Amino acid sequence: MSSPTSRPDDSVTVVVPRPWLGVWTLCRREITRFLRQRSRFIGALAQPLLFWVLFGAGLHGSFQAPEWAPSGMSYQEYFFPGIAILILMFTAIFSSISVIEDRHEGFLQGVLVSPVSKSALVMGKLAGGTALAVGQAILFLGVGFGLSRFGLAPGMNLDISFLNGIGLFLFLCLVAFSLSAMGFVIAWRLDSVQGFHAIMSVVLMPMWLVSGAFFPGGGSTVLDWVIRLNPLTYGVAGVRRLLYSDSFGMMDGEVAGLPGMSVCVGVSVLFGAVCFAGAVHQARQVSRAKGSSSRQSTPDSKSAERSR
Amino acid sequence: MSEMSCVLVDQLEHSYGDRVALCGVSFKIQRGSIFGFVGPNGGGKTTLFNVLCTLLPVQSGTVESLGFRLDRECTEYRRNIGVTFQAPSLDRRLTVRENLIHQGHLYGLRGKSLDRQATQLLERFGVADRSANIVETLSGGLKRRVELAKCLLHRPRLLLLDEPSTGLDPGARRELWQCLEELRARDSVTVVVTTHLMEEAERCDELILLDQGSIAAEGTPSVLREGISGESVTVVSERPEELRAQLVSELGLEFSRSGETLTMRSSDGHKVLRDIVERFSAEIRSISVDKPTLEDVFMEKTGRRMSDEVTVD
Repeated sequence: MSSPTSRPDDSVTVVVPRPWLGVWTLCRREITRFLRQRSRFIGALAQPLLFWVLFGAGLHGSFQAPEWAPSGMSYQEYFFPGIAILILMFTAIFSSISVIEDRHEGFLQGVLVSPVSKSALVMGKLAGGTALAVGQAILFLGVGFGLSRFGLAPGMNLDISFLNGIGLFLFLCLVAFSLSAMGFVIAWRLDSVQGFHAIMSVVLMPMWLVSGAFFPGGGSTVLDWVIRLNPLTYGVAGVRRLLYSDSFGMMDGEVAGLPGMSVCVGVSVLFGAVCFAGAVHQARQVSRAKGSSSRQSTPDSKSAERSR
Repeated sequence: MSEMSCVLVDQLEHSYGDRVALCGVSFKIQRGSIFGFVGPNGGGKTTLFNVLCTLLPVQSGTVESLGFRLDRECTEYRRNIGVTFQAPSLDRRLTVRENLIHQGHLYGLRGKSLDRQATQLLERFGVADRSANIVETLSGGLKRRVELAKCLLHRPRLLLLDEPSTGLDPGARRELWQCLEELRARDSVTVVVTTHLMEEAERCDELILLDQGSIAAEGTPSVLREGISGESVTVVSERPEELRAQLVSELGLEFSRSGETLTMRSSDGHKVLRDIVERFSAEIRSISVDKPTLEDVFMEKTGRRMSDEVTVD
């Protein structure tokens, strides 16, 4: 095809496509931004830690350990993996909702017109959220473990080998990635962070509450089913099993009331894959058909005001 | 390189649902020129801009830019353009330098060559001493400069700027235009700007006037101005309404009024001026005769003032 407009000289533009570089740089950016906002750091770690201590102390008396638990398991101990998941959820999702901010500040538009593919954009954003979430969760697990070791919190029977520790790390990454992707899917279409907070309290918090993180099931059949259908249940159960992986047969599969480890991994992988595919699909769609007139007219009218 | 055009747009149409934003727009942009999309807000210039920078898809018609068909070779094309939006697309929590490095990575640049390029551009735009500052702490003018540096990192051949002087004071605005002119002269970059400000439109080599999704007029500013006849007479008075009525009854001159200002166009502005001064020197505060402006061109072609907000639903 002979084209009437002339292509740029190849000797001038030497830009090599490097998709991984795009992913890496977007991920790095998330982490840098996070570390610059101390309040976010404190909010995402201190609040759950406080939850753990306060709920643990307050609900200790009324807690009835589930069948699988070793005798004398305190509520605080039961709650421990649940809080780790709560931290993953908070951090991963707050990282994804920054896509709303990115759009408002114009940063996102800059990325959308760059040669970086949509899947790299999504991947970078999610990788950043995952890294932050896992980092915080591990920090919490370490602090909690330390507190109970030094007698500042009730003793815990955690038993995990180095190898299973690596397993735990990978599993946390998987869950955090899924949650980031879920946050991204929700946040992409939203115009304001306020809207996200509504979804947060109506969908995300309940999702965590009925995941076996806060209380074991067994109350009613309906509740049991809700817990069973909740993908996050398998995240919590997986972390629980891994934390005790080297004692009382937690890895053997046959623990009443807890889904098997392979089921946990399977469901989490599936959930993550679905959310990631949804996120990429959405990013592609909107870039092709974005044009809601409201979004377009806002900056226009703003600039008109300013010029007057 | 047989022809010198850089962008060819043919019969471009765009609509948001039922709302038509562009109805069959065709034009071309010469290589190495500063080209303006001028028009009131809602006229279609931002839509046209967003299509050209690949934020919006080509719905109907063809757009060929830098030799790439936008509907087919989007990624390749993106490597060769630099875009700035109305709101600076900088990450305000990162430092100036970090912003540039991240941008470079997005375009596949890295390592020492990226470092060098970033330093060079920061120096060129006079913000090298700010490279370790967080973007949030910079003034609007400085942010614009950083933004320009950022979108020139990968040496684009075509620079697209949407309302580049938004939020800039007059000094910074002048500076920005000096930068653009220098870029065109030194690196033969083609520059496309959208604007609703007349003084900016005047600085373009060529422009199209967009109104309600179509091109109302196109050409160089001087050709456009010469295209309309006569001069404009402006009278300022403390009692504009009375004066207007007197001008009609006594001299047969139809002025239109906005606030204290009366305006009309005449084929012989100087005669009108003499007549008015002779009869009404007491009633007028000031009077002037001007060559037509682009604003007048827009008035003539569309019957509306550029500053009138147009809302198309």
